[in-house]
Amino acid sequence: MNKNSALRIITITLVLLVGCLYALPNLYPTQPAIQIAYTDSGKSADQFLLDKAESILENETSGYEEIFLRDNKIVIKFKTLDQQLESKTALQNKLLDQAIIALNLEPTTPAWLKDIGGKPVKLGLDLSGGVHFLLEVDIDSALQARLEVLLDNYRKSFREDKLKIANSSVKDLALSFEFRDTESYNEALRAYRNDSIGINGGIQYIITERPSRKTLLLKFSDVAIKEIRDYAVGQNLTTLRNRVNELGVSEPVVQRQGANRIVVQLPGVQDPTAAKKIIGKTANLEFRLEANSRTSPLRKEEFNFKDNDYRTAFLERAVVVSGDRVTNASTGFDESGFSQVNITLDMQGGRAMQKATSGNIGRGLGVLFVEQKSKSELVVDELGNKVIEQTSYIEKNIISLATIQAVLGTGFRITGVGSPQEASELALLLRAGALAAPMKFVEERTVGPSLGKENIELGMTSILIGFSLVILFMALYYKVFGLAANVSLVINLVLITGIMSLLGASLTLPGIAGIVLTVGMAVDANVLIFSRIREELKEKDPQSAIHDGFSRAFVTIFDANVTTLIAALILYVIGTGPVKGFAITLSIGIITSMFTAIMCTRAMVNLIYGNKNIKELKI
Amino acid sequence: MNNNIPFMKFRKIAAIASIVLFSLSVLSLSFKGLSLGLDFSGGTLIEVTYEEAVELEEIRNILIENDFDDSQVVNFGSNLDVLIKVADQNGNSSIGESIFNLLEDNGFKGELKRVEFVGPQVGSELRDQGGLGMLVALFMILMYVAFRFQYKFALGAVTALGHDVVIILGFFSLFSWDFDLTVLAALLAVIGYSLNDTIVVSDRIRENFRSERVLGPQDLIDLSLNQTLGRTIVTSLTTLLVLFALFIFGGELIKGFSLALILGVMVGTYSSIYVVANMLMSLSITQEDLAVPEPEGADFDELP
Repeated sequence: MNKNSALRIITITLVLLVGCLYALPNLYPTQPAIQIAYTDSGKSADQFLLDKAESILENETSGYEEIFLRDNKIVIKFKTLDQQLESKTALQNKLLDQAIIALNLEPTTPAWLKDIGGKPVKLGLDLSGGVHFLLEVDIDSALQARLEVLLDNYRKSFREDKLKIANSSVKDLALSFEFRDTESYNEALRAYRNDSIGINGGIQYIITERPSRKTLLLKFSDVAIKEIRDYAVGQNLTTLRNRVNELGVSEPVVQRQGANRIVVQLPGVQDPTAAKKIIGKTANLEFRLEANSRTSPLRKEEFNFKDNDYRTAFLERAVVVSGDRVTNASTGFDESGFSQVNITLDMQGGRAMQKATSGNIGRGLGVLFVEQKSKSELVVDELGNKVIEQTSYIEKNIISLATIQAVLGTGFRITGVGSPQEASELALLLRAGALAAPMKFVEERTVGPSLGKENIELGMTSILIGFSLVILFMALYYKVFGLAANVSLVINLVLITGIMSLLGASLTLPGIAGIVLTVGMAVDANVLIFSRIREELKEKDPQSAIHDGFSRAFVTIFDANVTTLIAALILYVIGTGPVKGFAITLSIGIITSMFTAIMCTRAMVNLIYGNKNIKELKI
Repeated sequence: MNNNIPFMKFRKIAAIASIVLFSLSVLSLSFKGLSLGLDFSGGTLIEVTYEEAVELEEIRNILIENDFDDSQVVNFGSNLDVLIKVADQNGNSSIGESIFNLLEDNGFKGELKRVEFVGPQVGSELRDQGGLGMLVALFMILMYVAFRFQYKFALGAVTALGHDVVIILGFFSLFSWDFDLTVLAALLAVIGYSLNDTIVVSDRIRENFRSERVLGPQDLIDLSLNQTLGRTIVTSLTTLLVLFALFIFGGELIKGFSLALILGVMVGTYSSIYVVANMLMSLSITQEDLAVPEPEGADFDELP
């Protein structure tokens, strides 16, 4: 009786093996490293950049350990932190704006472990230090802006048709037109129905007719609102990703959350103010007229072209329209099949453009791309530590210079932009500078690096102390059985670590608390079994007591844990950030503790007592 | 353990104690309310570590002079760490930095350890979500217990959980401890834990009702409670051991969390002994209630 079946032995061995294997990467220390990527997010790092970086490192620094290409980046590993800092400065000052250089810590996981997907547990922001921003995209103002453009277009079209408008306005996210006479009203309605105005291309509106007041109301349909919202959030996401890239953070997270929010997480960022400035900035595109012979030297500036270092042009100092007025930029083809870029401005931008271009047909219109860059220098601070000091500067380059063919408004196009690929690059740059709708910060959490380290230490200390206390108690109270339970507890911790690493779930401070709590609760299943065995012993011989104790406790353990799992899952759904971390470790802990108590403790007890003739059982 | 404590003899006293605690909690919650943490109230919080102890009063005065009227300044952990909380100012997200700079200009040089800003809308959303989550959790658990056991147990279990949650909230309200997201997480964990206990006890009651035919309900419940007492105490003890480790060594950030759990384990242990059993007694549980269910389902005619 109480022998281990082959199936149980195989299951336990397999689970343990996999658990240990994936927990293993956490034992390897991290190593200082640098990641290099091209500033242009569309371009992957190549051999050319690698050779360049290698030669800089060899000529100007005291050395490095390894340099290689991975994904879209170059990774350089160092033996010491000093080497890392020194190399970052050297690289940054040589590569300047070509490349983004980010400091990070590379795990030293051996290749064979990496090949099977092994990686150390990811740390949440409260443990690694860094910033978390939650931004809200203001959809209403995106809708408002679109309605204003529409209002203008309709007005123009109605005027051309000689319709008499008494009043027109945008109010409560609806367009309202009041006509002077019924004829105009009917004509406008007919025009709208025939879609002869042709400005509502694709987007659906809901029209409300009020013949008695000769008023037409135009509203976005729900589908249209969703479309506009998705476009605005998607566009802002792209813009934010580009901006975050400028920050040179090694593993940033930029994600949509819910209908109209965006989460930005920047682990390891030391200066949240600078990060906020770059993320929150609005304009980084400028439309300016090209300077001509009559422009006074005081009112013009010379700029380089972005794609050609040797070409320059003079533009007027005055900015006609800035990037935050661009609502869309897409590529298309003109009548003769050449690529072109279509640009849409908002109302205000359209008016400014109209004013600026009306007397200037034939002149050039330049588009400047504005970037915030940073230079770094290795300096020694008051305490004698080497630190990197960053100074930021602004760089402006021309991405397009085209001749004005007609008076421009809210919608215009740039032709002669080269190949379709070049056109789409230009459209991307135009969009990159723009936010489709304004955003505001609705949540911010910054954890300094020292607090992160402190949190890890505190968490680890509490796990160790709590764990030792429980182990001691179990060994004293349940003796041999207690030891079996303790082995299960250790296995439990290893499994939690392994699963966390495998899932790539982040460990947070409440997450550590979840593990500590699991340790306390994990013994529960064992305690249930043991006290059941004690009871059974009163009536039965030791072997059947062990057998019945385990099988009877199983139902109870199952019911009790399923309900806790329900609570943990709900917590996962409603929680954010650190609290989600707690829900994750708690859920994993419940499952692993059930497994270890039912399978592992049983196997050990069987190993010790199985198939033997026991007269007395100490429990 | 060979004990024979007549638990149910004291059930009236226990009921009175529970009702008193519960009512006090409800009173405190309705009149004093909870002191909501940043997550729910919205606003800005900064934590700064200074090299030497600073006078909190001076910082308070500087803040008031600069129109940060609705602010709290407290030590956090040690007297070098200062926590400043400012109420929301129209969703302005850069108050944290302004305050830190303001204090630096006034000669308070330190290291900025943490800045948290929660917009008013996010705060109220988290509040709604938290409350909803709690209700959904209770409901799902009610369904599960009703499905696995019987509705009288489900009512007992949910009463016990409501009892635990309200009393812990009562403590947080009465002592004005900060109620934030981590405390909410702890509360949900308490639901899980207390339920764990409740189910173990209920499971035993069910088993005894099915197998014993001689004893009456009161003696059967007493027997079950005594049988599970050893396990109840050991589990509570090990859980409390780790929770105290967390409370003492886990740092300021999770003090509220561990406190809520410590209270929760204590109240939960008590409620699994008394509240559930009390409910079962007052719903006059009978052997028929727990007969192995027949295909037509349980007979619900015996409601008191």
